[in-house]
Amino acid sequence: MFKFLFDIDTWQEVSDSLTKNKVRTVITMIGVWWGILLLIGLLGSARGIENKFNSEFGDFATNSVFIWAQSTSRPFKGFQEGRRPRLKFSQLDNIRNNVPGIELVVPRNQNQAQVVRKFLSGNFGVSGDFPILDKIQKKNLISGRWINQNDIDLNKKIVVINDDVYKQIFEKDENAIGEYITINNINFKVVGVFKQGNFDFGGAMHIPFTTFQQIYNQGDNIGWLTITGKPEYSIKQIENDAKLILRNMNQIHPKDNRAFGSFNLGERFEQFKGFLTGMQFLTWFVGIATLIAGVFAIGNILLITVKERTKEIGIRRALGATPFEIKRQIVLEAVFLTIIAGIFGIISGGWILIALDSFFGQGAEATLVNPSVSILIVFISLIILVIFGTLIGLIPAGRATSIKPIEALREE
Amino acid sequence: MLEIKNLNKSYKMGDSSLHVLKGIDLYAKSGEMVAIMGSSGSGKSTLLNIIGILDEADSGDYILDGVEIKNLNEKKAANYRNQFLGFVFQSFNLINYKNAMENVALPLYYQGLKRKERQEKAMFHLEKVGLADWAKHLPSELSGGQKQRVAIARALASEPKLLLADEPTGALDTTTSSEIMQFLQQLNDEGKTILLVTHEEDIAQMCKRIVRLRDGVIIEDTKIKQVRV
Repeated sequence: MFKFLFDIDTWQEVSDSLTKNKVRTVITMIGVWWGILLLIGLLGSARGIENKFNSEFGDFATNSVFIWAQSTSRPFKGFQEGRRPRLKFSQLDNIRNNVPGIELVVPRNQNQAQVVRKFLSGNFGVSGDFPILDKIQKKNLISGRWINQNDIDLNKKIVVINDDVYKQIFEKDENAIGEYITINNINFKVVGVFKQGNFDFGGAMHIPFTTFQQIYNQGDNIGWLTITGKPEYSIKQIENDAKLILRNMNQIHPKDNRAFGSFNLGERFEQFKGFLTGMQFLTWFVGIATLIAGVFAIGNILLITVKERTKEIGIRRALGATPFEIKRQIVLEAVFLTIIAGIFGIISGGWILIALDSFFGQGAEATLVNPSVSILIVFISLIILVIFGTLIGLIPAGRATSIKPIEALREE
Repeated sequence: MLEIKNLNKSYKMGDSSLHVLKGIDLYAKSGEMVAIMGSSGSGKSTLLNIIGILDEADSGDYILDGVEIKNLNEKKAANYRNQFLGFVFQSFNLINYKNAMENVALPLYYQGLKRKERQEKAMFHLEKVGLADWAKHLPSELSGGQKQRVAIARALASEPKLLLADEPTGALDTTTSSEIMQFLQQLNDEGKTILLVTHEEDIAQMCKRIVRLRDGVIIEDTKIKQVRV
C-alpha cells in the first residue's frame, strides 16, 4: 500500500510537477515557512523569558515571605500608636509551632560595615546568618565553605564573602580562604567565597548569627525574617498567620496592618508565572494559527493548480492513471511542499533564535536567556504539519478526480 | 475485436435532453482501419469517447476484445484504457513539462513498469516514429508533426489492441497530415487496428472502411479501396 513512497518514480512525478512552476511552488511554501518560523521564534523567545525568570529566581525558594517590624498604627492595651515593636529571636518557636505549613523560619540581622585588608578597604553589608539560609537562598560557592552549626555554637569569627568583596580587597587570583580581614576593627577569617545571585537579599558578607548578636550587641532582637512554606500550602495564608501571631505576642491590635511589614515573594512569583503561562498560551495560539493559515494557503494554491491542470489530469487518466494514483500524487505534492517548507522554517527559525540570542541574550543583563525550542516540539509540529498537509491535499485531490476525464480533456 | 450493439447516449441540457447516439451498431475486426465521418454534432466524438471508455453509454452493449465494457468503476476503466487502448488527439495532448521520451513512457508508468524498462520501451517507440534524436526535447521545442508522432509513440507504448485517433491531422498542414497518415497506414499494415474520427474526406479515403454518422445514426458503412499515401 505504501510501497509507492519508496519508489523514486513517485517522487520524480512530484518533483516534475513542482519544479515546472517554480515561482508558484515557492510562493506556496512561504505560508508554511512563515508559520513555522513564527512559531519557533515566538516559542523560543517565550522560553528565553522563562529561562531569564528562572535564572533570576533560580537559587531562591520562591514560596517565601519576608517579614520585618515597622511601627504600630493603632493604640492597643494601653500602648499608644507609633510604637516600634522588635522581632525577637525567642518568638520564632511560637511561629514555627503554630503556623501550619511552615517549612523554614530564618531570622537574619544586617548592618553596614567597613572591611579592611592590608591597604585595601570597602564598605559592604554584613549579615548574621544561620546555616539554613543556604536552603532558601542557595549560595553559589566559588571556594571554601558556608557557615555551619559549629560556627554558630562557638560564636566563631569567620566570614563568607561574595565575589564583589573579594575583588575589592583581594588581588586577582589571590587565595582568600584562611586569610584574615577586619570588619569594623574585628578580625574575621574568610572561610568561603560565593558568587552573588541576581536575586539576593542581604549582605555581601555573611557571619554566624551568634557572632553578629555578640559584636553588634543585638541581644534577642532580629532584623527580619524569611519564612518559607511547604508547596501545598498557600504562602499568603502563612504570611497572615505569622503576622497575626507576631501581633499577638507583641501586644499589638490584631487588625494593625502597619506594625509588621512584609513582602510576599511567593505571591509575586505566582503572578508572574501566571503571566508567563498566558504568554506561552498566546505564543502557541498565534504560532499554530499562522501555521494553519499557511497549510490552508497550500491547499488553496493546489486547488488552483488542479484547476489549471485539469487537462493534464485528463490526459493522465486517458493513459490509464486510476483516480487513486491521481489523488495520491496531489496529496504527495501537498505533503512534500509542507515538509520542505516546514524544514526551511525550522532552519530559519533556528537562525532567528541565534540572532535573538546574540542581540538580547548576551551578558548579565540579558533580556532573554538561552532562547530555544525543544526538538520534540519541533518534531511534533512537523508531524502536525504533515497531517494537515495531507488533509488539505485531499480537497484538491478530490476535486481533481471528480471531473470526468472526457470533460477534463475537452478543457482548453 | 470491437462489437457495439444498439448503443444509446443522451446528454442532459437543462430540462431537455439531447439524444446524441440513437442505437449504433458497429463491428470491427482485428487489423481494420476504420474512418468515422460526420459533420460536427453527428455524434462521432461521443462514439469515440465511449469506445475509448472515457464516457459511458446509457444503454446498449459494448464488447472490446471479448470483454464487456459495462458499469466499470473508475479504477477498472483506467486499467482497461491502459491495457486496451491508445489515444491520439487532435491537439496532441502531450504533457508540456515532460520531454518526448517521458511523455511516451507515461502510460508505461501507470502499467507499473520499472524505470529502466519504461525508458527502453519509450526509446524503442520513439525510434519507430523517427524521433529518437528528439527524445530529450520538450513538446514546445517540437513541430506539430513531431508532436503528433510523439503522441502516436505514446499511444503505441502500452501496446494497445486498438488505436483511437480523434482528428489526428486536424491541427496539421497537408504535408505533415500525409506524413502522419502514412505512418498510421504503416502501423495498420503491421496489424494494428485503428479507429479514426475525421471530417476530411481525403483523410477518410486513406482508411480501409468508412462509417458515416448523421444525427446519431450510421447512415453508411462501406469498405473502400484504400488510398495509399
